[in-house]
Amino acid sequence: MSSHTLAAPAPANLRFHPLRDSATMLRRNLKHMLRYPSMTVILVGMPIVFLLLFVYVFGGTLGAGLGGVSGGRAVYVNYVAPAIILMTVTATVQGTAISIATDMTEGIIARFRTMHIARVSVLTGHVLGSMIQAVIGLTMVIGVALLVGFRPEAGFGAWLTTAGFLMVVTFALVWFAVALGQVSKSVETASNLPMPLVLLPFLGSGFVPTDSMPTALRLFAEYQPFTPIIETLRGLLMDKPIGDNAWLALTWCVAIALGGYLWSKRLFNREYAR
Amino acid sequence: MTTKQVQPAIAVTGLRKSYGDHVVLDGVDLTVQQGTIFSLLGANGAGKTTTVKILSTLIGADAGDARVAGHDLAGNPDAVRAAIGVTGQFSAVDNLLTGSENLRLMADLHHLPRGEGRRRAAELLEQFDLVEAAGKPVSTYSGGMRRRLDLAMTLVGSPSVIFLDEPTTGLDPRSRRSMWQIVRDLVAGGVTIFLTTQYLEEADELSDRIAVLDQGRLVAEGTSDELKRRIPGGHVRLRFADPRVLETAVHALGEVSRDNDALALRVPSDGSMRSLKTLIDRLDDRAIEVDELSVHTPDLDDVFLALTGNPTHEKVTTR
Repeated sequence: MSSHTLAAPAPANLRFHPLRDSATMLRRNLKHMLRYPSMTVILVGMPIVFLLLFVYVFGGTLGAGLGGVSGGRAVYVNYVAPAIILMTVTATVQGTAISIATDMTEGIIARFRTMHIARVSVLTGHVLGSMIQAVIGLTMVIGVALLVGFRPEAGFGAWLTTAGFLMVVTFALVWFAVALGQVSKSVETASNLPMPLVLLPFLGSGFVPTDSMPTALRLFAEYQPFTPIIETLRGLLMDKPIGDNAWLALTWCVAIALGGYLWSKRLFNREYAR
Repeated sequence: MTTKQVQPAIAVTGLRKSYGDHVVLDGVDLTVQQGTIFSLLGANGAGKTTTVKILSTLIGADAGDARVAGHDLAGNPDAVRAAIGVTGQFSAVDNLLTGSENLRLMADLHHLPRGEGRRRAAELLEQFDLVEAAGKPVSTYSGGMRRRLDLAMTLVGSPSVIFLDEPTTGLDPRSRRSMWQIVRDLVAGGVTIFLTTQYLEEADELSDRIAVLDQGRLVAEGTSDELKRRIPGGHVRLRFADPRVLETAVHALGEVSRDNDALALRVPSDGSMRSLKTLIDRLDDRAIEVDELSVHTPDLDDVFLALTGNPTHEKVTTR
């Protein structure tokens, strides 16, 4: 034991180190992921299964409905790929909600709360970890998409923009999921709460064009956040006009990120009542 | 309370906390001097854990003032957090990491340089007898190992005040003794320990001072001996070599209860030096040979039950 003194510590000792603490927490989360890779595998596996399902099972018919020149499946792969890419992000953030909820049931969070650390680092560690997980997932899913016939038109610049855009979307949705994970009373709830995120691409322009839907659904589909996000992705990857979708998508992302962050922070600082 | 010039490690006045209509703490005052072990003794639901949660900044109090390690709890919780260590009732370890990773995580969060962090982790693994298990995930640890790791993690930052919330609940007797030894060593190193327990024996064994908490109120505070002395029922047991001496002693001492088979007498006594001296003098004056003399003070069980006014206090565990 070193010598102990009760003299008030110099203010320098009381300075917070949010970056350093976040890096520490990120290392902790990466270790969790490496040691228990099954979660990552499931989260990446789901969009791949959906991709194969939609390309090989529904693809022929749905592609014909799109009225492509070369017909069927080949056209549909290009149409559905952006939705599957987005689905990779929503699957990842579902994982974020689960791991946050799991963490909150662990006593170690109580320990973190009684320590002199930058509190937000507990959450930013998860956010950064999920971002890394998303990058890995996206790389794999896009790889599989290319293998099954996805032929994007994007040049190098457009790919870079796509990558940046995907990171913005992921960042926003992850913060939202951090809040969902905290608001869940149990891990089960945490895995169910983000389900709407997984479903939203279906109720938008993800899998079929919105004009084929009944009026009420079409209106919802056109105004929900995932439609401009998917349209922006589609525009970037397939070299199509994006129009208003880009700034609409970015505005949604900023709103979701900000809302998710503020909500998360509030939830984390609420009175600890376990 | 001998050293008045040093400020206390913990000073609490009028601490109150309720959840809705349910009053958990109803005006608690306590003072813990630096470098001592203070036990908060109480049954389940007495408010022990709530007290620890408030003092360790986990939850806020509804009313009252508290200073921990010289810092105001409400005004400067960050300074309090920098000075304390907490080992709660529920193990605060990362089950997915190994023991040594858990310790290094703490070292990183305390911003120890890498080398020093490693050294400190190794040192603590050694001290807490966890070297062999260091590389295994904590999920494979036994209850005792987990508790030791938990405390080791608390010590990484060299806190000056340590809160131990029921540190031995659920441990087997051997792990319990080893935890006691660890606590004694810590105090020998100058740390202040605030521990809660529902085991009377534990408070008796470890503490410099004990406070008895019952339904959110402190019903008694003092050293273990002071508390025991407050309770009538202490006695001196005298054993004699033969029945005749026993008979003489009965005449000499008057109001006693006798046990003819064991040739023994129970003389009511508060166990103080003065009363013992009076007793011995009286026996001496009449030249009564006593084979064996033993002083029986009531144990903390009696104290606890008497103080909380509930002789069938089922919630108290006595082991």
